[in-house]
Amino acid sequence: MSIEPITIVRGLAAPLMRANIDTDAIIPSREMTTVGKAGLGRRLFANWRFKDGPVESRAERSEFVLNRVPYRNARILLAGENFGCGSSREGAAWALYDFGFRVVIAPSFGAIFRANCIRNGLLPVVLDVAIVEDIARQMDAGNGECTIDVDLQKCLVTDASGIGHPFTLPPMQREMLIEGLDSIELAMRRVGDIDAFHDALAERRPWLFGVREDGA
Amino acid sequence: MPRTLIDKLWDEHLVADLGDGINLLHIDRVFLHERSGAVALRTLKTSGIAVRRPQLAFATIDHIVDTDPGRGDATKFKGGDKFIRAMRDGAREAAITFFDINDPRQGITHVIAAEQGIAQPGATIVCGDSHTCTLGGLGALAWGVGSSGIEQALATQTVEECRPRTMRIRCDGRLAEGVFAKDLVLSLIGKYGASGGAGYAIEFFGSAISALPVEARMTLCNMAIEFAAFTGIIAPDVMTIEYLRGRPHAPTGELWDRAVAHWKTLRSDDAAVFDRDVQIDVSTLSPQVTWGTSPQHVVGVEGVVPDPRSATEPPQARAMEGALQYMDLRPGDRLNSIPIDAAFIGSCTNARLSDLREAARVLQGRKVAAGIKALCVPGSTSVKQAAEAEGLDRIFKDAGFEWRESGCSLCFYVGGDSFGGARRVISTTNRNFEGRQGPGVRTHLASPATVAASATLGRIASARELSR
Ligand code: SF4
Repeated sequence: MSIEPITIVRGLAAPLMRANIDTDAIIPSREMTTVGKAGLGRRLFANWRFKDGPVESRAERSEFVLNRVPYRNARILLAGENFGCGSSREGAAWALYDFGFRVVIAPSFGAIFRANCIRNGLLPVVLDVAIVEDIARQMDAGNGECTIDVDLQKCLVTDASGIGHPFTLPPMQREMLIEGLDSIELAMRRVGDIDAFHDALAERRPWLFGVREDGA
Repeated sequence: MPRTLIDKLWDEHLVADLGDGINLLHIDRVFLHERSGAVALRTLKTSGIAVRRPQLAFATIDHIVDTDPGRGDATKFKGGDKFIRAMRDGAREAAITFFDINDPRQGITHVIAAEQGIAQPGATIVCGDSHTCTLGGLGALAWGVGSSGIEQALATQTVEECRPRTMRIRCDGRLAEGVFAKDLVLSLIGKYGASGGAGYAIEFFGSAISALPVEARMTLCNMAIEFAAFTGIIAPDVMTIEYLRGRPHAPTGELWDRAVAHWKTLRSDDAAVFDRDVQIDVSTLSPQVTWGTSPQHVVGVEGVVPDPRSATEPPQARAMEGALQYMDLRPGDRLNSIPIDAAFIGSCTNARLSDLREAARVLQGRKVAAGIKALCVPGSTSVKQAAEAEGLDRIFKDAGFEWRESGCSLCFYVGGDSFGGARRVISTTNRNFEGRQGPGVRTHLASPATVAASATLGRIASARELSR
């Protein structure tokens, strides 16, 4: 899965303003049927998006926000606190990305999910709950006409009424998202340092790394 | 400067400061399972990247393997065998120590990492699984990462993380009869919310913690993730050292002595300052049970379902309303009058030998109520064998429980095994999320004793009702 760099994302924001939306809800385990990363967008929020039935032909639940016309192609998601809590499944980030999301705005995130977002081209923006609720209300009132701006260079969300809300993101993570960098490659550049560190640690804590006396 | 245990372990593993609080950390142990580990190994292989130190990586099969007697690679979940084979082949190719399905060392990752002595005090451990924090119960700094985090750990022996703030949860007093580590952690999450630990690594500490057996400490740390914490940890003590002595991967001989001398130093300095301090008197706690779809939706077994109007913020109120609807409950409903359809004893939270013993104590001489589907799934094959050696399997079977092979089983629903038509389940697991245990399945989380008591009465009940 190649990752698109992010700079500015402009558009509608789909409001899913519930607290504690977990990664089981984002992508139920039974929806992850292959030993791979692709194609999970069709299965995003499956329990909420679809009625029960065979995967290929199941009907949509028309009331769910991502099934409503203005939001079907949304690239920004609004959610309540602790979004992405629970299971570490990276499929949650893959599914959101594959569906088309590039930004999630919430008062807080599950930590593992947040790390998975950064590694997969999805920008997690933390804003105060009152601001996120406000933007959600603008969306509800705007009938699919109003848009917001998320500017990653400036770390600024501009809401539908033109008010700017700054957010923070460590510069290194910002760079990873802006340039679509891969953290494994970044770490591999330091492999010499890491090996030297390992050897020094093994010297001090030989029981963790050394060969056991019984050879096991 | 005085430091916390968390900071000491963090600093000891700090390879590089990448700026803005992001640190590159050395990882001492990597654990894989067939769900996230298989993907990670396959991706590395496709990218032509080698596993750097296979002797520090371990793998098993726990998540989607069937738990019926006589199981093999074929799973009730269609296509599950692909994950199992990918894990096995990947582990073999990468020369990673692998505990296969019918290996006596097989079991739920976090249960066997402790049981085999792979997790040790002061070590950093990652696994592609959020409940890796369980191993904090042994004094390890252990946390879950996604599968690309696992790829990085395998390829470089590092991952990068933001340095967490530190929280000390001081627990004093004595747990009352019939109240367990599970009740303690559920009530903590109930009081401070499912995001109450966000951004923190937590050290549990105090006389009530020192009194907890090591297995119960793992139950407590297991649910740190349900509190949104980076991880939980308990400083190692004599009980930890005795727990590890003689375990297959624990050090031996002179190295054991050196390890023990070091482990005894692993504690927060007396003057260390934590970013947040929380205090709990555990003597006032009662058996807990969840009513909703977040672990923070919890009350005492004798309590009632709360009103969403009591929520402070609209998203919390909406979550409560959604939970009431999903759980088919109303504000004011008494928990201990809710009938159940099934009971589940299992998972990395509560399926170690001591958990099975507590449940068996309740079940001894009793029967599961008519029409209730009841399952016991030991946390590891060696837990199962130890339980059988002391006759616990007979107690479970005589009471009407199914006695399964070890694995994650119905802790989560993957599309194969299910509770049949049962809708309402009382469970010793850690997540009561919508659909977690099956489409439409309503989960109530509780301790093994509470689950066993509820199974015999056919409704939610604490074991206290039986002893009255
Ligand atoms: S038992 Fe449940 S929570 Fe634990 S590792 Fe398995 S699926 Fe995850």
